[in-house]
Amino acid sequence: MRILYSVIVVAAIAAAGLLAGQDAGGRAAVAIVIPYAAIAVFLLGLSYRVLVWARTPVPFRITVTCGEQKSLPWIRQARLENPSTALGALGRMALEVLLFRSLFRNTAAQLREGRLVYGESKFLWLGAIAFHYSFLMIFLRHLRFFLEPPPAFVLALQNIDGFLQIGAPGLYLTDIAILAALLYLLWRRVGDARIRYISLFTDYFALLLLIGIAATGVLMRYFIHGDLVPVKQIAMGLVTFSPAVPAGASPLFYSHLLLVSALLAYFPFSKLMHMGGVFLSPTRNLANNNRMKRHVNPWNYPVKVHTYEEWEEEFHDKIKAAGLPLERG
Amino acid sequence: MAETTPRPEQLIQIDYKPPKKDWQDPKVEFRKGTYCYSALPKNLEYLGLPNPREWQPYEEDWKLPPDWKEIILNGMKERLEKFRSFRLFMDICVRCGACADKCHFYIGSGDPKNMPVLRAELIRSIYRRYFTPAGKLFHGLAGGRELTVDVIKEWFYYFYQCSECRRCSVFCPYGIDTAEITMIGRELLNLIGCNINWVLEPAANCFRTGNHLGIQPHGFKDSIDFAVDELEEITGIRVDAPINRKGAEILFIVPSADYFGTPHYYTLLGYLMLFHEVGLDYTFSAYASEGGNFGLFNSHEMIKRLNAKIYAEAKRLGVKWIIGGECGHMWRVLHQYMNTMNGPADFLEEPVSPITGTRFENAKSTKMVHISEFTCDLIKNDRLKLDPSRNDHWNVTYHDSCNIARGLGLFEEPRYILRNVCRQFHEMPENTIREQSFCCGSGSGLGTDENLEMRLRGGLPRASAVKYVHEKYGVNVLTCMCAIDKATLPGLLEYWVPGVEVAGVHELLGNALVMKGEKERTTDLRGEPLLHTKETEAAHA
Repeated sequence: MRILYSVIVVAAIAAAGLLAGQDAGGRAAVAIVIPYAAIAVFLLGLSYRVLVWARTPVPFRITVTCGEQKSLPWIRQARLENPSTALGALGRMALEVLLFRSLFRNTAAQLREGRLVYGESKFLWLGAIAFHYSFLMIFLRHLRFFLEPPPAFVLALQNIDGFLQIGAPGLYLTDIAILAALLYLLWRRVGDARIRYISLFTDYFALLLLIGIAATGVLMRYFIHGDLVPVKQIAMGLVTFSPAVPAGASPLFYSHLLLVSALLAYFPFSKLMHMGGVFLSPTRNLANNNRMKRHVNPWNYPVKVHTYEEWEEEFHDKIKAAGLPLERG
Repeated sequence: MAETTPRPEQLIQIDYKPPKKDWQDPKVEFRKGTYCYSALPKNLEYLGLPNPREWQPYEEDWKLPPDWKEIILNGMKERLEKFRSFRLFMDICVRCGACADKCHFYIGSGDPKNMPVLRAELIRSIYRRYFTPAGKLFHGLAGGRELTVDVIKEWFYYFYQCSECRRCSVFCPYGIDTAEITMIGRELLNLIGCNINWVLEPAANCFRTGNHLGIQPHGFKDSIDFAVDELEEITGIRVDAPINRKGAEILFIVPSADYFGTPHYYTLLGYLMLFHEVGLDYTFSAYASEGGNFGLFNSHEMIKRLNAKIYAEAKRLGVKWIIGGECGHMWRVLHQYMNTMNGPADFLEEPVSPITGTRFENAKSTKMVHISEFTCDLIKNDRLKLDPSRNDHWNVTYHDSCNIARGLGLFEEPRYILRNVCRQFHEMPENTIREQSFCCGSGSGLGTDENLEMRLRGGLPRASAVKYVHEKYGVNVLTCMCAIDKATLPGLLEYWVPGVEVAGVHELLGNALVMKGEKERTTDLRGEPLLHTKETEAAHA
């Protein structure tokens, strides 16, 4: 049911884009008003959410340790899995953010003939890393639409991405990778009974939205070629704050653009915020130096305790009978 | 073992297929053997906690306060503002499912709500419904759920089916820590008086007498004296074990089970021998007679209330620094909470071993050293005479207790000690040790008998790994450094892997420790004949 709703909503957005492309008013809405609004929602929403997290205190240093602590000098410390310095924690975060270290640990537990076995399970990691890096690469490649002349590094990326030199326009590896990764992630969500059981509307929606964006992009590049000149004009108009909507861009482009706007506007309200949150996770971004350096809790407050004096008073006779020393004799 | 407890071959028939019923339906069945009884009103009253009353989880009416819903929602709001962990972990989960089969309770029960992701969703769905714009607007479509009494019951059931072991967090790409979510979940339940007795009775005892078992000062003294007598019988040496002695250099804190439980007790004997042998100037305290902290299983405030006595006592007795014994969650508190909550301990000195002169750099602020750090430094500096052949009757493996594994990262110290005190040591499979270690299934206050079936299920992954080394290498003892492990693993192993005992690291150290002036040792600390003694006897026969 949840996936059906998601399909309907994403299809409706894509169709609305196609329709809007047919009509001058629609084109203006999809190419000017909605992108600006979406970017505003994205930037404001993202900053607001990150700000809320950032100003929420971290009362305790609750590092999850995944290797040997800093101990006696002759015991080898796992500096990245259990950092004791800020630099170490930075290294650990770099592994998490750039290489998805923790996801790479993934195993699959199975009960086979009464025995528990733990197999390797790296596909989720592979799918995730393929998607995220392809997305980044595609995002950077798109800068050629927004900058004139396109920066050298963007052209270089294009060359790397298209090094196979198959077809014209040349096939980008990341186009294949992103679709393959997204379809794998969707297939996993639908096909694995356990993951299907935990999946919400938003899980399908985010995936389908991304698939819609990638698919419309791939269609435009490889199959239904349109005129790129007006596309570049629209993009340049948006970034130079002199928006214009020249005719000639294909309806598919408007569909693509509307889906991207939807993603941007949806982003701050969704789990996609993990992009910002991953940096702030207190179990990962803090050094495990609790016993070396006192962590301060800004809202630490006095609590009711049972003092030694109260204790001695209650058990006075028994303490005395046991021959243990007393404070007040 | 209760008659209703299924046999191992029945219990292992686990169905991992999710049920037809949508998880958002909160209804749970309180089936005997899978939940803990409610806290007695006297314990709530003693601690001044809200809504003390007679009730049980299986009853229809939980006698919640009339404004329970408001209390819960306000409690959530307050904690969302106080804990970045809580807010972040509510927001960023993508439900990738990497954590799903990492939980021992899920592996052992197949109940999908024991997947860490769903355990968190139980509270996350309420967060979305009441605290996010999407949830307020779209309710169910945005993954929100209405907060009902059934949700409270569901929380109670599943937040007391999590042992806060943090194994899932190791695998989470964002480090989402279910222990943190469970801790907050339990705090919220605590606000409306939904607690379990196995947590609150020890907490109330600890608050009053100084330890979880409720042992009063004279009882504490008796226990320690008894251990001293027993040691004299085994070794011929009378050790000194001072209590509440002012001016000692070191305060020694242990979990109370060490002086009242078996097999913990043999570990206590090991400590006493060790300290005597190196001539340590130390004292126990009958007031701070508990290192463990069941407050960790109730609320952050309760952690602080119970923990306060350790620094207070160190100050009163005028010691220089503190050593802590073998315990799991005790060390989570000592390492990650104590200094923040009850520090700074500026009246203490940076710990330096009086025997070797080694400075414990890693404890320079908290001023509390783990016994295994202290001991392995002694061994490294050749200050102990050890005869590992005295442990030849043991074929050893080591269980990393959750909290010292994933809360400190104390992996090598106990292994170093074990390699020096025994001659047969085999690790369990790598996915079940160190940071991937599996909980005993009874941590975080769940080790009560009415909850036995769930404990046996939760302990399955650990037991399964023990079974592997038992069958492959003939391992016959599982060593560990956690009081809850020592209390509950013997029963667990008897059920799943008969023939494997449980022992503390310092028990094996005690066996191997050659003391100056000792009489010829013929038994280990358990009174079992040593292997070479047995062989000699056999030769004579």
